[in-house]
Amino acid sequence: MFETSLTLNDLMFMLKGAGVTLMVTFFAVTGGTLMGLAFGVIRAQFKPWVTLPLAFVLDIFRSVPLLIQLILANAFQAIAGYGISPFVTSCIVLALYTAAYCTEIVRGAIAAVPAVTRRAARSLGLTWRQDMTQVVFPMALRVALPSWIGLTLGVMKDSALVLWLGIIELLRASQILVTRLQEPMFILLVAGAIYFVLSFPIARLGAQLEKRWKEND
Amino acid sequence: MGNYTFQWRQALRALPQMLDGALVTMQIAILSMLIGVTIAVFLAVMRNSKSRWLRAPATAWVEVARNTPALFQIYMAHFGLGSFGIYLSPYVALLAGIAFNNAGYLCETFRGSLRAIPSTQLRAGRSLGMGPATAFRLIVMPQMFRIAFLPTMNQMVWAILMTSLGVTVGMSTDLTGVTQDLNARSFRTFEFFALAALIYYLITKVVMLGARLLAWRLFRY
Amino acid sequence: MIEIENVHKSFGSLKVLKGIDLTVAKGEVVSVIGGSGSGKSTLLTCINGLEPVDSGRILVEGVEVHARSTDLNKLRRKIGIVFQQFNAFPHLTVLENVTLAPRKVKGMSKREAEEIAVKQLDHVGLGDKKSVYPSRLSGGQQQRMAIARALAMSPGYMLFDEVTSALDPQLVGEVLDTLKLLADDGMTMICVTHEMGFARDVSDRVAFFDQGVMAEIGPPEQIFGDAKNEATRKFLSSVR
Repeated sequence: MFETSLTLNDLMFMLKGAGVTLMVTFFAVTGGTLMGLAFGVIRAQFKPWVTLPLAFVLDIFRSVPLLIQLILANAFQAIAGYGISPFVTSCIVLALYTAAYCTEIVRGAIAAVPAVTRRAARSLGLTWRQDMTQVVFPMALRVALPSWIGLTLGVMKDSALVLWLGIIELLRASQILVTRLQEPMFILLVAGAIYFVLSFPIARLGAQLEKRWKEND
Repeated sequence: MGNYTFQWRQALRALPQMLDGALVTMQIAILSMLIGVTIAVFLAVMRNSKSRWLRAPATAWVEVARNTPALFQIYMAHFGLGSFGIYLSPYVALLAGIAFNNAGYLCETFRGSLRAIPSTQLRAGRSLGMGPATAFRLIVMPQMFRIAFLPTMNQMVWAILMTSLGVTVGMSTDLTGVTQDLNARSFRTFEFFALAALIYYLITKVVMLGARLLAWRLFRY
Repeated sequence: MIEIENVHKSFGSLKVLKGIDLTVAKGEVVSVIGGSGSGKSTLLTCINGLEPVDSGRILVEGVEVHARSTDLNKLRRKIGIVFQQFNAFPHLTVLENVTLAPRKVKGMSKREAEEIAVKQLDHVGLGDKKSVYPSRLSGGQQQRMAIARALAMSPGYMLFDEVTSALDPQLVGEVLDTLKLLADDGMTMICVTHEMGFARDVSDRVAFFDQGVMAEIGPPEQIFGDAKNEATRKFLSSVR
């Protein structure tokens, strides 16, 4: 029989870590999506050269390792003496990171709405606002949702990096147990299983949505 | 800003050391891509095979690679294998973790690009008297290569960014590892890591630019 | 000579060909007309062995296409086929599209293959497009390139599967002209087509397919002027 010294308490410790993972993900995705929506509409609405500065800044978040972004943000807030907790710092950095990707998803989805459809909407007398809310967003949502789900899962996985700032999320909790119990493979497998359970069903759902919507088109 | 004074000169003096680290970073990224592409081709063939004994392990690899954090995969290589008495150095563990991740994602890239080529292309080749292998090699493969090229280069950028995770398993020779070492000695965290960020940024830009130029040169159609 | 003897073919429970008999002599041009789903395109893909048959047999110059001992790759060199979708190889230039098979299948040298390709391309009126990629060609030009590509293997027979159906109306003429030229050169051809004018003017015989059966065959004057079969008359009046 397989024996382990992993107790129920230890398992609870890991699940608590998973809770932190989910919380960081939730704040990051919520904040990032709101920013991404705003930036995305701006990017889609104005000529590319007008939004170049915005695009440039957002691109930095996609071209520098997330770990370095976290370290820099934490160092900066310490220097500035803001006294922001690592948890909040992590959420802010991850939200900006999410926004950088979300902006491109939103921009692409809006661009995917055919110009003729929009012209048709406007020619029916819809205002810009009505065109946006009644025509563009519903159509763009179909394009954006599968990618957005992918982004959310990506952020959940990337949130593991906040352990570097001393936050005990799922992976860090596992690492602590590994050090104490000396059963690395088993404990990491449990951690991996938890990640998998959180991610896989949603990934499947996203893939299915994408497939169904493609068939309907 | 309180009474903190930025000392950029100290960071700049460490630039040669950091550039050496950047070379190691590139080395790991390129190696992990070479290994990843090779494994991905096998995984793609396995996933498309009729035998479930070939499909199941390939599917498992792909789903684990895509549904768990890259950092977890590196931990598995570094700590996890310890349960079997296998102790990988940080360098090897990092390389193995990233290669594992690359293979999972690239497998799906390759499968997708194969699906994107209409079956009529193969048929047209066959009708000109080509055997199936010849038609695949001369007609399907080159078109697959084009479709998969930019996504593969994107994965290369991911691989570069992932190398930074090595520091969490004690890697000290890549760009992030070197920077962390310098930081531990001087506590000039912001300056050193800002410089590292700039180097990463430039590397990814150069890689993407090179990929675009290469694509433009290779695919004239 | 192509001999088709009592060929049956079905996809699942759908019977596409229900006992087709047809002999096409050397140098003959046969047009096959009929509604969609009548099995005419399937017959072409059976002739060059892209599709297996359920029963019956097809002989090309006395070689049974679906016999196990037949080397299909070798046989297909004798039978050119052009499809409705042009199937240009997008990653190759026009010249490379045409030289690919002669070089890789027949083992010709590059020089030799190019010589033949240039001749064929001139023949179909694409002499000035040799170094262009197919994406730069119109549909009609792509289809003519596909014809040149098949001809470059110097086949004894050519099969055309609705080659003008995917084209814009104004481009149909140029492709049909190419086919006419080919017929005048004495090529043995089977053309599945919806172009009744072409079938009437160019073919030696016209076959009418109806639900997997060859309902009628005869010289164009007879089919178009005095069809014996009720279904043929009905079909012809509907397409006019």
